[in-house]
Amino acid sequence: MSINFELVSPEEKLVSEPVYMAVIPGITGEMGVGKDHASFVVALQAGVVKLFASEGDKAPRKIFIAGGFADITGENCTVLAEQAVNVNELDKKAVEQELKDLNEDLGRAADDTERKRVQKAIKLVNAKLTAVTE
Amino acid sequence: MPSLRDYRDRITSVKSTRKITSAMKMVAASKLRRAQEQAEEAQPYANAMAEMMARVAANVVITQASSPLLAGTGSDNRHLLIIMTSDRGLCGGFNANLVKTARAKISELKGAGKEVFVVCVGRKGRDVLKRELGGNIWESFTDMVGKKRVEYAQVAKVSEYVLERFEAGDFDVCTLIYNEFKSVLSQTPTVQQLIPFSADDAQQDNKAEEKTSAEPYSPYDFEPTEEEILTELLPRNIGVQIFRALLDSAAGEQAARMTAMDNATRNAGEMINDLTLQYNRARQAAITKELIEIISGAEAV
Repeated sequence: MSINFELVSPEEKLVSEPVYMAVIPGITGEMGVGKDHASFVVALQAGVVKLFASEGDKAPRKIFIAGGFADITGENCTVLAEQAVNVNELDKKAVEQELKDLNEDLGRAADDTERKRVQKAIKLVNAKLTAVTE
Repeated sequence: MPSLRDYRDRITSVKSTRKITSAMKMVAASKLRRAQEQAEEAQPYANAMAEMMARVAANVVITQASSPLLAGTGSDNRHLLIIMTSDRGLCGGFNANLVKTARAKISELKGAGKEVFVVCVGRKGRDVLKRELGGNIWESFTDMVGKKRVEYAQVAKVSEYVLERFEAGDFDVCTLIYNEFKSVLSQTPTVQQLIPFSADDAQQDNKAEEKTSAEPYSPYDFEPTEEEILTELLPRNIGVQIFRALLDSAAGEQAARMTAMDNATRNAGEMINDLTLQYNRARQAAITKELIEIISGAEAV
């Protein structure tokens, strides 16, 4: 009873292994994907992908992704993410610092496009912070 | 007539040139291997993206309300060309061929009364086109190909720039011109339309996909709706296409350099042989001349 989970970034294939269940951060809410899930194409928001190796796995593997897409069939779950990093490799202090820097940048932003870009980055770092704190 | 010493100097100089070209060939060969490996690693993402695009696009009817990335802006008067060359030279006709294709495309568009703007990726293309296009070059991106690998974050800068200008309504159609890596011996300049997204390409991919994968296609559900997913997918797809093109171009550059340096090494070898022959002849002629002088001197006594 497992599903083939794949996580690919533009640069390389990061994860490819059978898991019991994968929980992915869909735009409309988290969803758990196991074997024989209905076929789905889902847009993902920035958040954490949790991989449960077996039923009742207490310590699922957590991977932070900066949004992306998931392609789900009964056998496979493929997640496309532009950025992905293991949650236990994230440093809370570094993330907080990043957020602080970005907020300063926002104050200094010269025009609308610049401001939009910084706001996008802030949203991403906020999601990252939630992932670390959880 | 050059003296023996002149010949010797020429031979030494050509020999050291041969050493350099043959070293460059080795370096290019190892860089080529690395670039090809990276292109292979990037394949799964590009494939999955193409598959997803095809699935979603098959379920969406293009209307006026669709994203302009898909439906176009309703006109095609202003064209943006992304011209992808290498940063460094000494790679045979790699950049020259690409620029030739780009020039042909530009004059074709201008002939049809369109406005043409250019974004250059790579130093060589920028240097060549700067003089004739001047202010129509909006932006140049250089040093995209890092020392070791092509970073996606670098490519994202290009795609973000292009998308920002598109959202600002600065152009209608975006076309990418890059060298496709066919094989080590052949890189073909390729013209690919990025905006608006042409569904034909996706359908072709889809057909290829159906042949290779045995997995039956079940009806798909979409969350959120197909249109919304497509709106998210389209900008990312542009990033992926540019990234793939850059990987192709990086591998092609090294392959072209390898071939060019191989030829140069061989030519240097031939030149050394010719020069050595001439050197020996000149030396022999000098000896003969001296002998004749001695003999005729002895006869005169």
